[in-house]
Amino acid sequence: MSYKFIPHTEEDIKLMLEKIGVNSIDDLYGDIPREVIFTKEYDIPSSMSEIELRKHFQELADKNKSLTVFAGRGVYDHYCPSVVNHLLQRSEFYTAYTPYQPEISQGTLQYIFEYQSLISELNGMEATNASMYDGATATAEVAFMMVASARKKNRVLISDTISENVLRVVKTYCHFHGVDLTVIPEKDGVTDLDAIVKELESGDVAGVIVPTPNKYGIIEDFTGFADAIHAKKALFAINADPSALAVIKTPAEWGADVACGDGQTLGMPMNFGGPYLGYISCTKALLRKMPGRVVGATKDADGKRCFVLTLQAREQHIRREKATSNICSNQSLMALYATIYLALMGKEGMREVNVLSADGAHYLYNRLIESGKFQPVYNKPFLKEFVVKTDLDIDKINQRLLDKGIMGGISLGNGMVEFAVTEKRTKEEIDNLITLMLED
Amino acid sequence: MKYYDKLIFELSRPGRKGYELPADKFNTDGLAAIPQNLLREEKAELPEVSELDVVRHYTNLSNKNFGVDTGFYPLGSCTMKYNPKINEELCVMPEFTSLHPLQNPDTAQGALELYYNLQHALASLAGLAEFTLNPYAGAHGELTGLMIMRSYHDARGDKKRKKVIVPNSAHGTNPASAMVAGLEVVEVKSKPNGSIDVEDLKPLLNDEIAGIMMTNPNTLGMFETEIIEIAKLVHDAGGLLYYDGANFNPLLGKVRPGDMGFDIMHINLHKTFSTPHGGGGPGSGPVGVAAHLTQFLPNPHVKKAENGKFYVDFGKESLGSISTFFGNFGVMMRAYAYILSLGKENIRNVGPMATLNANYIKESLKDDYLLPIPGVCKHEFVFDGLKDKSTGVTTLNVAKRLLDYGFHAPTIYFPLLFHESMMIEPTETESLETLDEFIEVMHKVAKEARETPEDVVNAPLTTPVRKLDETNAAKNPILNYKALKENA
Amino acid sequence: MSKIIEGLRYSDSHEWVKVDGDIATVGITDYAQHALGDIVYVDMPEVGDEVTAEEDFGAVESVKAASDLISPVSGEVVEINEELEDEPGLLNKDAFANWIIKVRLSDVAEVENLLDAAAYAKVCEE
Repeated sequence: MSYKFIPHTEEDIKLMLEKIGVNSIDDLYGDIPREVIFTKEYDIPSSMSEIELRKHFQELADKNKSLTVFAGRGVYDHYCPSVVNHLLQRSEFYTAYTPYQPEISQGTLQYIFEYQSLISELNGMEATNASMYDGATATAEVAFMMVASARKKNRVLISDTISENVLRVVKTYCHFHGVDLTVIPEKDGVTDLDAIVKELESGDVAGVIVPTPNKYGIIEDFTGFADAIHAKKALFAINADPSALAVIKTPAEWGADVACGDGQTLGMPMNFGGPYLGYISCTKALLRKMPGRVVGATKDADGKRCFVLTLQAREQHIRREKATSNICSNQSLMALYATIYLALMGKEGMREVNVLSADGAHYLYNRLIESGKFQPVYNKPFLKEFVVKTDLDIDKINQRLLDKGIMGGISLGNGMVEFAVTEKRTKEEIDNLITLMLED
Repeated sequence: MKYYDKLIFELSRPGRKGYELPADKFNTDGLAAIPQNLLREEKAELPEVSELDVVRHYTNLSNKNFGVDTGFYPLGSCTMKYNPKINEELCVMPEFTSLHPLQNPDTAQGALELYYNLQHALASLAGLAEFTLNPYAGAHGELTGLMIMRSYHDARGDKKRKKVIVPNSAHGTNPASAMVAGLEVVEVKSKPNGSIDVEDLKPLLNDEIAGIMMTNPNTLGMFETEIIEIAKLVHDAGGLLYYDGANFNPLLGKVRPGDMGFDIMHINLHKTFSTPHGGGGPGSGPVGVAAHLTQFLPNPHVKKAENGKFYVDFGKESLGSISTFFGNFGVMMRAYAYILSLGKENIRNVGPMATLNANYIKESLKDDYLLPIPGVCKHEFVFDGLKDKSTGVTTLNVAKRLLDYGFHAPTIYFPLLFHESMMIEPTETESLETLDEFIEVMHKVAKEARETPEDVVNAPLTTPVRKLDETNAAKNPILNYKALKENA
Repeated sequence: MSKIIEGLRYSDSHEWVKVDGDIATVGITDYAQHALGDIVYVDMPEVGDEVTAEEDFGAVESVKAASDLISPVSGEVVEINEELEDEPGLLNKDAFANWIIKVRLSDVAEVENLLDAAAYAKVCEE
């Protein structure tokens, strides 16, 4: 009977049943209607030893292909220093639960406090929560947060320049929750302020959500946005890549009330889509409308500085159906990931990552344009991701690249193709990419 | 280890660094191509520390934590079972971690096969037709499940069904998820043992009810014995049954939610399927549905073609997307490894041994602690505080005293049905010896409560920090280092 | 035993009302502050907002509980107690001395539906 994760010997079971006062394990299920007890065989494989399990995973692994990535669309192949994974594997971190007993959870509570501090440093906002599932759900929760703070307004505007992976999720959430979501069509690849101003006229808009860098990699210019939006008593939210915020103008500098986004760019492995984390930050005035867990500093009975989950009265376990969100966890370990990454990279490293990525991206962009086979689309400033157009057969090119172990740019249709370059891409890799693409 | 209380920011020295990047050979100034007004004015005040500073700092922080690997963690409704180490090793295989979610599916067949196999295994274990692995957590699974419920009624043109029945004993997430999904909550009363009162349920059922959310065993650890009748009543009224998988562990290997009549359920991979809780996440909340609901599962959905190839599908009737990509893939890898390790044979013992452990603790402690609901429980049970109420020692005091003795506290003050709730869930991975040690300490605390109550009331005394001022933390929120410095 | 003041009107959700002409001053009772424990935040409406009898107009939060504020009267909010923004604990010190909002009543007669001190005392005993 005993198994490596289930330590019960026959003797243990006998002794325990005696203590309980029943004759058999079946008696412990005696209250369950017979007809729902499952007696057939499960359609899963037989038990595997570690040796067999490793072989099975290696077989699956061999069916994947690790590529040299020149694509982004919300997920970027940034480098993660070795230290991060080593520290993440400390089981005091990963085998702990949500820090409900602060006296024995100061490790978790402190790194979340540091995470909140670091994200606030990047986006300039006064308050950051302990993290959300991903950037898309965080953005959807921002839409809810806007409606909840406006009390009587139920409409949210979102720019069509936000990634479609994010927009899809925001649409789903708003549809079911009953938030009236208006997508503002783009103009020349960026958010159309005139269209926003026109929509704001009706007076029923609770908030406006815009991205930077946007889905084309363009760094948007939000001059005039905050004033126009605040004039109509609506909230202004910016969905921003936190890594890029080490160099580009921050949501706080643009006068935003809320910032949100996905933390994958903070060195997290692409991992076939997750886990990453979502972040939400806001002004102090909106703090109590912000969903999710929050850690605050306080003192213990001996006057020692310590940390604790706070502002819990906003949350679902207390407010039940009156809570502003149903979230009751965070991506804690990924917040630790981001924290250690940012601690290692620090003030200079975060700038350097962006400089290297931007230099590589601009180098690739310039070479593509110089080739005469690719043309600019928007002529707008970008950081590590950009769109060009071409008459070449991009699907054919991408298949050729794939055969050489390269993930090329992502085709957006109509000859448009989007590339991303991170600090991991060398000049040689970029030169090779260009050579392969222009082979015909 | 001496007390360590630095923040990473407090180790910072200008000019120090913890990284090295390759030299820039591009001879191109990318940032110069960006107008000055689109760049930030000052550098972010991030720490400047060496690699060893970082390693020591976070190692020291880890020493202030208590995890399942540290000791017994009987946290009710959280299923703190052992997190197998092989899973942690497999989930960081570079052939998986290096996959871009948008790369050509032909080059990610191994990942898709794993994903598909896990969907299939969960369906078999739950007695349902199909699963999505996209939801990130239990609460996210609930939300997804309720969206499926609404999509089903909407597709039938049955648009009046905007209410969902939730027992008053339910986890707080149930009503909150219903609210987010745009459903109105109707509460059904519980009987004294926490089970749904069928007589109270009957008049609530009508053509405005989208369905019911249930946890079985319920939040008191008791099996809902009238489930078959409840399922029939709800189905006859045109509603669907949602199963909150938070308490699935005792049924694993014994009872399948689909066979009880549930149409939709979520599973917490971080509870039943051994993936680590990670200090609050990432978790994973796959959602399974019966055959008549598969078309509503969220996009993207991983499917297998007739030629054996795996592909990513975006269904037209789908409720839409609830995640950026495929959910927390790294968590799924661990759950898949766990299922294969146990296999169809050993998995049958998970629920039964979890149930055995819970009943053993309950029967061993009911002389000192008040057991409001007698009889056989499933994976967990609730005490209503100490039996001897004359000592003035509360459930909170007992919980804090346990920390001094090297155990994690049970879940306290939930469920709300009792004043001094103390919810204990041992899981199947704990040995008889560990349970006996816990029982001994619980008896000792009860004795202290009678003889030297001040020791219990003042607890904890030996933890890295002592009782925290939570009131001031909530009154004057200090949420980052900058605010901390300003308040110093 | 919680304090109850004669001459005020009460709701069974533990708010008190003092009427002066067409202005009603609204707060929470001593019983309510006691039940909540240390109050850490008071969520108040804005001046100019409309409140409706028996509907919530805000909430009071303690560390681990929250309670909706249910308006005992209908009308327009003319003043909020801004002192509570910085010092929500005032409600614990003296719940009757520290009001929450003042409302210009749209229907003065509505107050007659509320409990008097004796009737409210019975609610608290239950």
